[in-house]
Amino acid sequence: MGEMEQLRKEAESLKDQITAARKAVADATLPDTVSSTAVVGRVQLKTRKTLRGHLAKIYAMHWATDAKLCVSASQDGKLIVWDTLTTNKVNAIPLKSSWVMTCAYAPSGNMVACGGLDNMCSIYNLKGKDGNVKVMRELAAHTGYLSCCRFLSDSEIITSSGDCTCLLWDIETGTQKTTFAGHLGDCMSLAVPGDFKTFVSGACDFTAKLWDIRDSNCTHTFSGHESDVNAIAFFPNGNAVITGSDDATCKLFDLRSDQELITYQDSSIMCGVTSIAPSLSGRLILAGYDDFNVNIWDSLKAERVGVLAGHDNRVSCIGVSTDGMACCTGSWDSFLPSFSFKGQDNVMRLCKQNKQQYL
Amino acid sequence: MQDEKTGGVPIRTVKSFLSKIPSVVSGTDIVQWLMKNLCIDDTAEAIHLGSLIAAHGYFFPISDHVLTLKDDGTFYRFQSPYFWPSNCWEPENTDYAIYLCKRTMQNKARLELADYEAENLARLQRAFARKWEFIFMQAEAQVKIDRKKDKVERKILDSQERAFWDVHRPVPGCVNTTEMDIRKCRRERNPHRVRKSVYGVTDETQAQNPANTTQTARKPTREDVQKEISFLNTQLDRHCIKMSKVADSLMGYTEQFMEYDPLVSSPEPSNPWISDDATYWDLEASKDPNQHRVKKWGFSLDEALRDPAGREQFLKFLESEFSSENLRFWLAVQDLKRQPLQDVATRAQEIWQEFLAEGAPSSINLDSHSYEVTSQNIKDPGRFSFEDAQEHIFKLMKSDSYSRFLRSSIYQDLLLARKKPESEQGRRTSLEKFTRSVVTCVHFTHVPLFPGEVVNRKASHWPNAVLLTRRGWWTAGVRR
Repeated sequence: MGEMEQLRKEAESLKDQITAARKAVADATLPDTVSSTAVVGRVQLKTRKTLRGHLAKIYAMHWATDAKLCVSASQDGKLIVWDTLTTNKVNAIPLKSSWVMTCAYAPSGNMVACGGLDNMCSIYNLKGKDGNVKVMRELAAHTGYLSCCRFLSDSEIITSSGDCTCLLWDIETGTQKTTFAGHLGDCMSLAVPGDFKTFVSGACDFTAKLWDIRDSNCTHTFSGHESDVNAIAFFPNGNAVITGSDDATCKLFDLRSDQELITYQDSSIMCGVTSIAPSLSGRLILAGYDDFNVNIWDSLKAERVGVLAGHDNRVSCIGVSTDGMACCTGSWDSFLPSFSFKGQDNVMRLCKQNKQQYL
Repeated sequence: MQDEKTGGVPIRTVKSFLSKIPSVVSGTDIVQWLMKNLCIDDTAEAIHLGSLIAAHGYFFPISDHVLTLKDDGTFYRFQSPYFWPSNCWEPENTDYAIYLCKRTMQNKARLELADYEAENLARLQRAFARKWEFIFMQAEAQVKIDRKKDKVERKILDSQERAFWDVHRPVPGCVNTTEMDIRKCRRERNPHRVRKSVYGVTDETQAQNPANTTQTARKPTREDVQKEISFLNTQLDRHCIKMSKVADSLMGYTEQFMEYDPLVSSPEPSNPWISDDATYWDLEASKDPNQHRVKKWGFSLDEALRDPAGREQFLKFLESEFSSENLRFWLAVQDLKRQPLQDVATRAQEIWQEFLAEGAPSSINLDSHSYEVTSQNIKDPGRFSFEDAQEHIFKLMKSDSYSRFLRSSIYQDLLLARKKPESEQGRRTSLEKFTRSVVTCVHFTHVPLFPGEVVNRKASHWPNAVLLTRRGWWTAGVRR
């Protein structure tokens, strides 16, 4: 037992040293530095299109790289690929398991993936020879639910799971290549930056971790949240990470100074953040909350500059298109009918800029 | 969760109509109160907040099953504290069955079951077929207790009970605020969870909910702690950049890109989502980039390479300087990373042969260390075999060629949208074509280069050969 005690003491002293080192580097805070910057002004986005068609809660959505198509997954057991401009459904893919929790669009546009309580990541080929969309691969190795998946290319995909690990798969062979283990709680989401050399994952152990894809090591761990980290995304410059958590705050962590830069919170917000996405320049951060709203934050000044209030239930997913033009939100909406047994009508709303901001 | 944190919302102002409808408040009054006491400026926000409070069950409309707040004369009543969500109710279906059964027994028009309630009752009857007698008896007992109460009091209690069930068994199509994300259901979220029945029914046959088994954390082993220590050591050794620098760089980045961010500044000519005019997208995709796009290439090498037109122009520039092999190598390696696994090995070999091997036609300028690492890697070719080399080449391009590219006439002309006279262009292109054809045909000979540079490699391997560099197109020995 003596050895354990010694080791623990060593770990503690290292942690203290690290805290001291971080403090030494913290010669300025973000709010101070940006105090002279002009405020971004009220941002108003209007709903431009509403995508109707799902019959149950929408759990996830993901934009394609062409910024016109997107895919959404719902617990009615369907994966729908939408043409957002015309609001037509390009593909409606029936799933084997209706308990789907995540979906992803490949950068090439050839494939989509989804997964959920079935512990598997199913990959569908959209450009099949006869025009039918069929299951290409079923990646099964996780021992927990699939919370998120992201393509690196047409041959590789990363998945995060409730079994506290993330896996890198080779799609061709359908086998796992690397395991990223280290989280102490369910991995809830992951994000991949532009260079595909690393990725970040957020988990129920209140931390976010940055992993190197090649050597499967965790290079950074970011703590500071007081509850599950539900959503995570890269800042567009690739050097910072934004996270959203059940503790009702979002935080911006910087990779190069290895610490938290700023927290986005407000005393009037008391419900968890479910999803997060930065705008193209990173100046705006859009976050979806449990109280059915999406709040738009000025990332530098940490002020709320807008609200998107169009949903009737929890906002479960949000995505900004690759060209930054539009943002799409999906929710657990129900459409309230007059008292007839109509069932639920879940909507996804696309919101774009309405008009110029004013200072 | 919202219900725990907002438990006990301090709304006290209640207007009572002592006529037929006891103890109610109008919707407008609630909205007004919220705006005044919580300093809300926007009516919509007050209504939103009020609806949330109603959806959770703290007050309810007296003549509707749908729990929202409307800013008009509709009447609302406050929920009794017994039924507050902050008491962490998770009522079982047996309680619901008793409730519905009770309602059918009371012979009053206002207590008639709605369609969905009738369906629910039928379902529960099938599910609880065995213990229906028990449930029936409980319902009867409840009816007896109710009859003893004062008429007005009973009215209020009935409505409150109905509201309670509207929260926990909502009308289909309504928001169910008691719903939890299934991903979080596994863990014991609610330690204060009340397991007792609403009607005081004890039922031993109620099965333990499997979703509530707590996960006991694994005790850390010696290896865990050792791993943690090595991780902490790496973290400590890591060089951290000052926060001020980081903040500055963030500011700089966002400022630079803000004019390209459609959510912040209006794109030219118009935002297609607003104007339904797709010109903007056509411009972005065209091979002829406009000034706006060209300006972005100047932000960083990454941005230039991200735009296909930017890649093309940079390549053109490099060809004019006879150093296009760097970019071509970089592009080839990027492509390699996207290849299916079965093709990776062959592609990697091809890249090696083209750019790095002895006598390679498009040899690149690598330092000896990277070269060593890469030649090791190529023995077992994989997607990341050229990672080191690629990074080195990228840095080289960034520090050297890229800055010259930005100063070059190729770039400047595009940036300033200068039009060139036709003849001059014609001459340049033919000259380029000629030089291109010359360069690709060069083979290594034993003739020393002049005025080229000699790259220092492990000289032992190549006693007499010299490698072509970008300046060395004046080799003696241009052949074929």
